[in-house]
Amino acid sequence: MAIPLKYTFKNFQNRKTTSIITLVGIALVVFVFATVLMMAYGIQKTLVSTGSPDNVIILRKAANGEISSIIDGETQAVIRTLPHIAKTSEGTPALSGEAVSVINLEKQGGLSNVTVRAVSPEARFLRPQIKLVEGKWFNPGLKELVIGESVQKNFTNMEIGSKIRISGENWTITGIFDTDGSGFDSEIWADAKEMLNALNRGNSVSTLTLKLDDIENFEKFKMAFAADRRLTQFEVKGEQQFFEEQSESLAMFIKVLGIFITVIFSFGATIGAMITMYTSVANRTVEIGTMRSLGFSRRSILTAFLFESLLIALTGGLIGIFFASFMQFFQISTINFNSFAELSFKFALNPDIIISSLIFAVVMGFLGGFLPSVRAARMKIVNALRSS
Amino acid sequence: MKPIIEVQNLNKVYKKSENEIKVLNNINITVGEGEFLALMGPSGSGKTTLLNLIAGIDKPTSGNIEVKGVDITTFGESALAKWRSSNIGFVFQFYNLIPVLTAFENVELPLLLTKLNRAQRVKHVESALKVVGLGDRMSHYPKQLSGGQEQRVAIARAVVTDPLIIVADEPTGDLDRNSATEILTLLERLNKEFKKTIIMVTHDPHAAERASRVLHLEKGDLVDNL
Repeated sequence: MAIPLKYTFKNFQNRKTTSIITLVGIALVVFVFATVLMMAYGIQKTLVSTGSPDNVIILRKAANGEISSIIDGETQAVIRTLPHIAKTSEGTPALSGEAVSVINLEKQGGLSNVTVRAVSPEARFLRPQIKLVEGKWFNPGLKELVIGESVQKNFTNMEIGSKIRISGENWTITGIFDTDGSGFDSEIWADAKEMLNALNRGNSVSTLTLKLDDIENFEKFKMAFAADRRLTQFEVKGEQQFFEEQSESLAMFIKVLGIFITVIFSFGATIGAMITMYTSVANRTVEIGTMRSLGFSRRSILTAFLFESLLIALTGGLIGIFFASFMQFFQISTINFNSFAELSFKFALNPDIIISSLIFAVVMGFLGGFLPSVRAARMKIVNALRSS
Repeated sequence: MKPIIEVQNLNKVYKKSENEIKVLNNINITVGEGEFLALMGPSGSGKTTLLNLIAGIDKPTSGNIEVKGVDITTFGESALAKWRSSNIGFVFQFYNLIPVLTAFENVELPLLLTKLNRAQRVKHVESALKVVGLGDRMSHYPKQLSGGQEQRVAIARAVVTDPLIIVADEPTGDLDRNSATEILTLLERLNKEFKKTIIMVTHDPHAAERASRVLHLEKGDLVDNL
């Protein structure tokens, strides 16, 4: 039978100082680990929520983002003739040709890139999640624009009525919109025709976003798309899938870098746990000898000490996650590798991150506690008793 | 008296680097059931080693130790641990109580290796603590008890599983005279009233007087049989 758990718990309480120091070390490492994962997940969540599940995006093959894609006017006309495209309430095809470019704007600490999205009037029909929180929508044909809430928060002089200089001309901010934390919040939107003129892009857009009459018809739409020889240089994707792919490289970079740093930190925490457990074994040599005399097996001793180490690590892990969870209230921004523009996002926690962080803590506890526990279990009873 | 322990041609040699130190030389002893045996001798005479071998916490270099007809020197590590848990009760010089556990929990510890349920364990622990006169100190921690009381808790722990044999290594070595007398009286009572076989290592001739037989060891040899 195993040594009672209360023995482990009481020893944990009895050696508060050393246990707490080890626990804090593990909690800090888990905090960093969880925060890195929350950052990567936050980026993914933001970009995935940018796309709508029933929207479809068309872009040039091999373009690794909207900014490197181009669709000429002729191709746009061909796409408009494809079957299964839904109609707006005005009866026009639910399709928005969007030109994406990047401009520099001033923020605290210098300049940063912002995505400017030139959209067709149908864009609002395609993205009903967009809510105007202040001002009014831009007027087609005028040099007006609306900005996402994150742009307003992060950049200077972003009030309604303020001017933004694009291609040597002043554009007036008429409204501020919110999309519930999606990537659009970090963008500036303007009328497609007006912006294409300003940018001298003729009628070439970056992408076409459209809504299908029924998302179940996606495969049929893809087949019709693939069957048209004029569209061989273009590809069609679900909008959500596209934005998810857009998040992969940045999220992966943050994960790899973050985990690499955390693993280095974890060596320190593991050694800390090991020192604590070696001290614990050394201080309890007589107790080990006594328990072995009474008939407790080597395995019971090993389990009891290993459990103690895991208990410290798990408690540290839970504390680390607890504090990391508060990071969800923070919003930060970074440069998206695909758009080269700033993307605001919130740290986001999910059950997978909690489980991964706890496993990480338990692994640290196991590695730190294993050798001391083996030492305790392998002690000769007579030698252990003699140390009294 | 029916023999309970038979030690035959027992030798123990410790190896230190390349030197061999003979601790016990060809020891032969028979202990009767219900006997109170005292082992005496100067430091380094091998009395604690002999006690450890009989209790199954050390292995001899050669020779046999039969307890109730079973040769314990043939047992492996885990069989020996199991055997100790049901046959031997230990009393140590420095009590060896677990400091983070209460008197009750310390006494309950050996019972966790039995099949008794919680209610049965509680009954056994309460009885054992009452026998040693500490029925009112069950929730006290070792540091809240005097040396004599701690040793009485250790005796309760030794008897709670109702073992065949109690081994006591200098049980009064860390106690004042009054406490030592109390402990010896208690051991004597366990021997006479509860018919426990007791083997006690001691330096103290007063303690040895309580035993029914005293064996003297010197440099690993049994020198007389008083």
